[in-house]
Amino acid sequence: MKRVGVLALQGAVREHLQSIAACGAEAVPVKWPKDLERLDALILPGGESTAMRRLIDHYGLMDPLREFAKTGKPMFGTCAGLILLAKTVVGSNEAHLGVMDVAVERNSFGRQVDSFEAPLEIKGIDGAFEAIFIRAPHIVSVGLSTEVLCVHNGKIVMAKSGQFLGCSFHPELTEDHRITEYFLSMIPHKSDLLLPNRSIYSKV
Amino acid sequence: MTQHGTDRVKRGMAEMQKGGVIMDVVNAEQARIAEAAGATAVMALERVPSDIRRDGGVARMADPRITEEVMKAVSIPVMAKARIGHIVEARILEAMGVDYIDESEVLTPADEEFHLLKNQYTVPFVCGCRNLGEAARRIGEGASMLRTKGEPGTGNIVEAVRHLRQVNAEVRKVIAMSEDELMTEARNLGASYEFLKEVKSLGRLPVVNFAAGGVATPADAALMMELGADGVFVGSGIFKSDNPERFARAIVEATTHYQDYKLIAELSKDLGIAMKGIEMSTIAAGERMQERGW
Repeated sequence: MKRVGVLALQGAVREHLQSIAACGAEAVPVKWPKDLERLDALILPGGESTAMRRLIDHYGLMDPLREFAKTGKPMFGTCAGLILLAKTVVGSNEAHLGVMDVAVERNSFGRQVDSFEAPLEIKGIDGAFEAIFIRAPHIVSVGLSTEVLCVHNGKIVMAKSGQFLGCSFHPELTEDHRITEYFLSMIPHKSDLLLPNRSIYSKV
Repeated sequence: MTQHGTDRVKRGMAEMQKGGVIMDVVNAEQARIAEAAGATAVMALERVPSDIRRDGGVARMADPRITEEVMKAVSIPVMAKARIGHIVEARILEAMGVDYIDESEVLTPADEEFHLLKNQYTVPFVCGCRNLGEAARRIGEGASMLRTKGEPGTGNIVEAVRHLRQVNAEVRKVIAMSEDELMTEARNLGASYEFLKEVKSLGRLPVVNFAAGGVATPADAALMMELGADGVFVGSGIFKSDNPERFARAIVEATTHYQDYKLIAELSKDLGIAMKGIEMSTIAAGERMQERGW
């Protein structure tokens, strides 16, 4: 069974754990570096990125998270999680994990009264996906190797870059598990990992 | 079609706060301290509850200038308080773009009969409750988040514990009931039958429930998490302590790792003096903020 962790410092942890379980994988809350052991993939949930960052620093999670990224295992960030993954955060000198080749802007749709839900057309997902945006960031620019999966009103709201998947909205707040399934499908079969020259896994 | 202010958008915002600490602040400087300490949101107000209690008089919505300065100072969500039933204070706060409104018993009620009809607003609301009946009525009016009331401004956790235990015990009772018992329970609680059916089928409240009203130490915050709160509000407990920065950080960490007692012991060392507390029996019945609202 695939083992998928959810960074459990703060935010919509329970919903991601439930979605992973609903897709038939084992869901593991991650609070400490040791919790990252033996995971096949990791989700960074929605929440408050500044609060999560402080707790990541305080508990020595930054290096273990970057090491996890170097193993090439899939990582998925939703909303605040996307901000944590991004190489560049607009208006800030410093990225957080800085591993996914995108630049993001925080709160770029406005304050809470501007938060919204809307149906999205997402590459790789059949049919509309009802997406909930809460004080959401958006992806301002992407690197050459990054595939844009969804654009809403001219703003990139979902992208994939090698092992990294990120979206502005909160799939975990709906009962629709298709995006979690999509993410789980990014986990390579054990036999694939033995093949040499998996170039996407060496770029980080 | 794009929709604003739906239940999912308003309740979802509170979901993002889970496991976090929301701190009362009275100016931009305090807001920056709270954000740096890892608060998930700040509550902008003119006076913290312990000062409101001390000063007496009528407590109203804060001067919009204070709220505006706090909004400019931080990137985390900013909440603000309106008086119970004060439609115009709530509309002013919504127009200013605050991220959440607390229809709060900490302020002097503007209406002694009716709470706000919160489902008429695009901005989400948090409301206080002492039991499942109050929780049900506030959600029925459109609250997107709850907090158990406790007794604000006392630095005494006893009422916060009482209210959280009460709400959770009543939730467990509803879950255990057979469906044919729910209507009578609805009548007894003053809750709608539909609400109780939803609680029973979900196995929990349909919105996030934080604890409030008396959290003064990291151990207090961890206690509320242990008892099943989704997060904590800290009012006077931080900026009425000896060392607000350290108290703020320690309370955030204790909330995240509420079952790690060695860690809480470490971060509670040499914190300095917590806010001076008030014993419940010394508060006259009419001065209990928790009695406000129904």
